[in-house]
Amino acid sequence: MADIPDITIEVSHLKKSYGSLHAVNDLSFSVKRGEIIGLLGPNGAGKSTTMRILTGYLPATSGSVRICGLPVASQPEATKRLIGYMPENNPLPEEMRVSEYLWFRGRLKEMPRAKLRSRIDEVLEVCDLKRNRHRILGRLSKGNKQRVGIAEAILGEPAVIIMDEPTIGLDPHQIMLVRDLIASLRGRMSVIISSHILPEIEATCDRVLIINSGRIVAQGSPSELRREIFGHTSYRLEIAGDAEVFASFLPAVETSLKVVSNGEPDGTGFRIVTLMTNSTADLGEALLQTLPPQGYRIRSLNRIEPSLEDVFLAATRRSWDARLPDKRDVFGDSRAPLPKV
Amino acid sequence: MRHYLTIVSQEIRALLFSPITYIAAVLFLLVMGFIFTAVLDAYSKEAQEMPPAVVFFQLFWIPVFFMVPALTMKSFAEERRMGTLETLLTTPVSTAEVVLGKFSAAYFFYLLLWACTLGFHYILHAYARDVRYLDWGPLIGGYLYIAVSGLLFISVGVLASSLTRSYEVAAILCFTILFGLIFGLRFLGQMSVLNSEVLQPVKAAVDSLQILSHVDDFTRGIIDTRQVFFYVTGAVLALIFSILGVEYKTLNG
Repeated sequence: MADIPDITIEVSHLKKSYGSLHAVNDLSFSVKRGEIIGLLGPNGAGKSTTMRILTGYLPATSGSVRICGLPVASQPEATKRLIGYMPENNPLPEEMRVSEYLWFRGRLKEMPRAKLRSRIDEVLEVCDLKRNRHRILGRLSKGNKQRVGIAEAILGEPAVIIMDEPTIGLDPHQIMLVRDLIASLRGRMSVIISSHILPEIEATCDRVLIINSGRIVAQGSPSELRREIFGHTSYRLEIAGDAEVFASFLPAVETSLKVVSNGEPDGTGFRIVTLMTNSTADLGEALLQTLPPQGYRIRSLNRIEPSLEDVFLAATRRSWDARLPDKRDVFGDSRAPLPKV
Repeated sequence: MRHYLTIVSQEIRALLFSPITYIAAVLFLLVMGFIFTAVLDAYSKEAQEMPPAVVFFQLFWIPVFFMVPALTMKSFAEERRMGTLETLLTTPVSTAEVVLGKFSAAYFFYLLLWACTLGFHYILHAYARDVRYLDWGPLIGGYLYIAVSGLLFISVGVLASSLTRSYEVAAILCFTILFGLIFGLRFLGQMSVLNSEVLQPVKAAVDSLQILSHVDDFTRGIIDTRQVFFYVTGAVLALIFSILGVEYKTLNG
């Protein structure tokens, strides 16, 4: 594995059209060795198409994909050796046994027999399938099937692993197992996974690409995305005191801090107030120090982190707006309305 | 071609595990058994002009019509429907290897089933206790014909399967093409339109493509290289179109 370059996947200006439909539209990104990338996007965003092009199963209309420096289009057999792929819904031949299937796949991946035998034991151990090795694939539970798919993907110790929705249809316990499994690959192999389940991606991935209608609408680590898409932080306070002059104390804490919503006081006189700021620093302590001397009592203070879900919704909505005919510059000030946080 | 043997052994295993193979095998041996008995029955009543083996092979098309679709219909249609074709083609395997592997496995079974019918002749020989009943000439010619024509028939089945994702459609398509090859060409040869002077070359071409007369030639010991060439090139063409079919369907979903 020493000869794997630092950049394992390079995609530049990738396009794929089916007639007039652009499934993938000018997609460019690169993946470093050992990185786990999450591909997020609504249905039909082009996630599966992108993955299929990466594996060499589908040809691109234009643009280029390089796996470990080798172009997929002109050297498909060489790049296929470097990829472990688990397609959407993880299709498996129903009538085979687990170990037979892994043996067959290993032989197709050109693994020598002597090495394959020990490697199968290894992946069965890693994927917790040892007890099921002689069972028939068609009779396995969904979670076990999914793990067979993952075992198959990592079988040949490829430089790049591509998994299309690896956790779809699993129960929370199985999702955790799969997530740990994917996390255990970090640093050794580059992994691309796609998912709808956002906490999933957030927990596992180093970097997230949000794509919509074939374009990347946002990319970065989950925290970078929050900052990029929202550009502000919110605080939720439960406070008792004079509501009229409350806002005038805020610039002392931070200049851009302002009241977004002001609730009605409950029986004990406490109101829920939401504040918003463009500052990225944590203003919690400053608020707690500034307000009580002015006669305010604070019962609770929360810094509200937008979930990746909100980021996802905002980012995909922004890209839909980008396709409106008036072509206004959505990356400037005129952002699309954001979901309430 | 390093994956070829892996795929062939995998396909043979898949055929062995598939109930449709056994249904086809039982039906085939049943039908062939009845045909053979009927032929022998006719011989026991009165003297016939042709040796029993020749008559036996003249009816080879009856099992071909159901056995070839049964053996080949699942090869690509099923894999495409299940999605396993995608996992197969994302390994360093070429489409040609996959097509050839599936073809070889089906062809192997086709020959294996026909080889079972050798038992009929052995039983006849063993119980009749008369050397004259076992006529080696037509038998060798007949089985040689089965082996050569099987190349074309099985590759047609693989082609039909590569064009669709439903194996019912593949089976019906395969049956239709085989019917066209065996009887369509025969009807075409008998059409009076072809008798005119201008169409003589067409008539000559159609006449040389009569599959039912090829089998007669083979069992009589005439092995015409033109006929062998017809089956082999037909098979190669069908396999090339199968490769194109698999790749085309992949490109266009």
